[in-house]
Amino acid sequence: MIEIKDLHKSYKMGSNSLHVLKGINFKADAGELVAIMGSSGSGKSTLLNILGMLDGADSGEYTLDGVPIKDLSETKAAQYRNKFLGFVFQSFNLINYKSALENVALPLYYQGVPRRERQEKALHYLEKVGLKEWATHLPSELSGGQKQRVAIARAMAAEPKVLLADEPTGALDSTTSYEVMDLIQKINDEGNTILVVTHEEDIAHMCKRIVHLKDGVIVEDKKVKQVRADQYV
Amino acid sequence: MFDIERWQEIFDTIRKNKLRTFLTGLSVASGIFILVILLGFGQGMQNGVEHEFKEDATTSIWAWPGVTSKEFKGLNPGRRIQFINENFETASSMFNDVIEYESPRIFVRDVNVNYGKEALVYSIQGVSSDFQFIEGPVMREGRFINYQDEVSIGKVAIIGNKIKKDVFTDVDSPLGEFIDISGIPFKIVGVFGEMRDREEERIYIPITTAQRVFNGGNRINNMSFTLPPVENFDEAVAQAVDFKKNLRTYLQQAHTVAPDDNGAMEVWSAMEEAKRYYGLTGNIKIFFWFVGICTIIAGVVGVSNIMLIVVRERTREIGIRKALGAKPWSIVGMILQESIFVTAISGFTGLIFSMGLLEIVGPNVEVDYVVNPSVSFNVAFSTVLVLILAGTLAGFVPAWRAAKVQVVESLKDE
Repeated sequence: MIEIKDLHKSYKMGSNSLHVLKGINFKADAGELVAIMGSSGSGKSTLLNILGMLDGADSGEYTLDGVPIKDLSETKAAQYRNKFLGFVFQSFNLINYKSALENVALPLYYQGVPRRERQEKALHYLEKVGLKEWATHLPSELSGGQKQRVAIARAMAAEPKVLLADEPTGALDSTTSYEVMDLIQKINDEGNTILVVTHEEDIAHMCKRIVHLKDGVIVEDKKVKQVRADQYV
Repeated sequence: MFDIERWQEIFDTIRKNKLRTFLTGLSVASGIFILVILLGFGQGMQNGVEHEFKEDATTSIWAWPGVTSKEFKGLNPGRRIQFINENFETASSMFNDVIEYESPRIFVRDVNVNYGKEALVYSIQGVSSDFQFIEGPVMREGRFINYQDEVSIGKVAIIGNKIKKDVFTDVDSPLGEFIDISGIPFKIVGVFGEMRDREEERIYIPITTAQRVFNGGNRINNMSFTLPPVENFDEAVAQAVDFKKNLRTYLQQAHTVAPDDNGAMEVWSAMEEAKRYYGLTGNIKIFFWFVGICTIIAGVVGVSNIMLIVVRERTREIGIRKALGAKPWSIVGMILQESIFVTAISGFTGLIFSMGLLEIVGPNVEVDYVVNPSVSFNVAFSTVLVLILAGTLAGFVPAWRAAKVQVVESLKDE
């Protein structure tokens, strides 16, 4: 599903440049649930940005579902993002003046889905994350866990091939974190490929595979026995 | 632009951000309001300045006597020159082919004027019927002196509007009333209005009457002529200068004055003054253009600033939309479409209010050097368009940058 070869990325910081990714090789198959771990500054967010086509690599190959991702125009990148990827962020990134339903419907708007169909679909995904009754509420009226569930519903609404979650539990307490992870596991059970960036051990062990990043290179890549989150909920 | 889905999205955004929309609209509307009022007053001041200068007929030429300052043909300097009827009549027939209107004038001095028991302290001038066209008093009531009055030495008087307001408060109209000038009753046959109050404090009587009744003999104090109007301004000036020179030469010869004795008599042409005045209005126009452009620049800066703030506030939203698969153009286009929509609506609201205010208040403004402040609709309309365009440009740059580069930045945790 995802394949990257010898990926390099550096940032210009004034006169000197900062080499963040120093040759990453990584492969993930369909249906995998991978945790990407590493301390801050290890390059994990940069990797996720490149995987999410929000940033370009300096060199190396990146193939997503058999499509080479290279030198994309902004428009093409936007199309691929819309079709292939769903994002979940640490700070939820919901649009604060739109209701939960409208937030979930937004990626469908950019897919050109008609209004009525958009709302039906969005409601379906809200129901899936258990927030059907909260459809008309604004993000400010939701708890952190509910916001993240809305964000996940939004990421799923576009029916992407890969779900990218950047510290999805970073802003949540542990009980809520497990609820969110439970949801992510269930989505994975349905066959979706999910990448989770985290620095929490327990969250990482709820995935099926852990990739350790340090100073811009992968230092460890192992399969783990998945800890189910529902036992904590 | 005509995508219904997009308009729905925009109205959604406007509906849910009422305060932001209102504040943006208010600042744009008030900016344009102030701008149009300022432009209007600029125009008003220009009108006022033009009004102050544009009074008496501009082709008029005046001649009045002075005192000689040079010895000439055995005559001593210091001799006082006195024009007489003959001078006027000769000049009139000499230059008959270029003169349009002509009038001698005499100032009647040391006479008592009474209306009933009230003593009036106004100047009395004897003029001929043409004088109306030379100095241009506008008749408010009745008529001016006519030829018949001159021939019959009629005892008629034309009074200024201010005299009517000050003295004839008890009667509906001063026409038909009599005033006593040195014990002789004069019938009021007309009321004239001038632009300046001072010029309305005059009483005109026929020159023949003034000379006959008040011992004027054949003396006159000054004489005035107008030349027929010429389309071309420079030709008109040349004609006036030519006439002035000929008139002076004749008068100098008639009174035995040295050709280079400037103090003996004065010949003055309004056309030459007008030439100076036209130069002045040119400068004034440039000045107000400058003021107008500065005001528009201030408006552009203001509106652009508002746009910048609005876009800055939405940077994060731009990032989110982009992560969800929006094309950069569609985000920027939508935000600008919304901004233009809000700016245009509020801009034209401000325009309508300010133009309405100028329309209602403008004609009632009575201040020196400000006359009828107004602004042409085309100017105001294009001003609003310029502001919208400038605001759009100002909003476009940061929006484009946000959509293009700063996605990663804008989504970072704050």
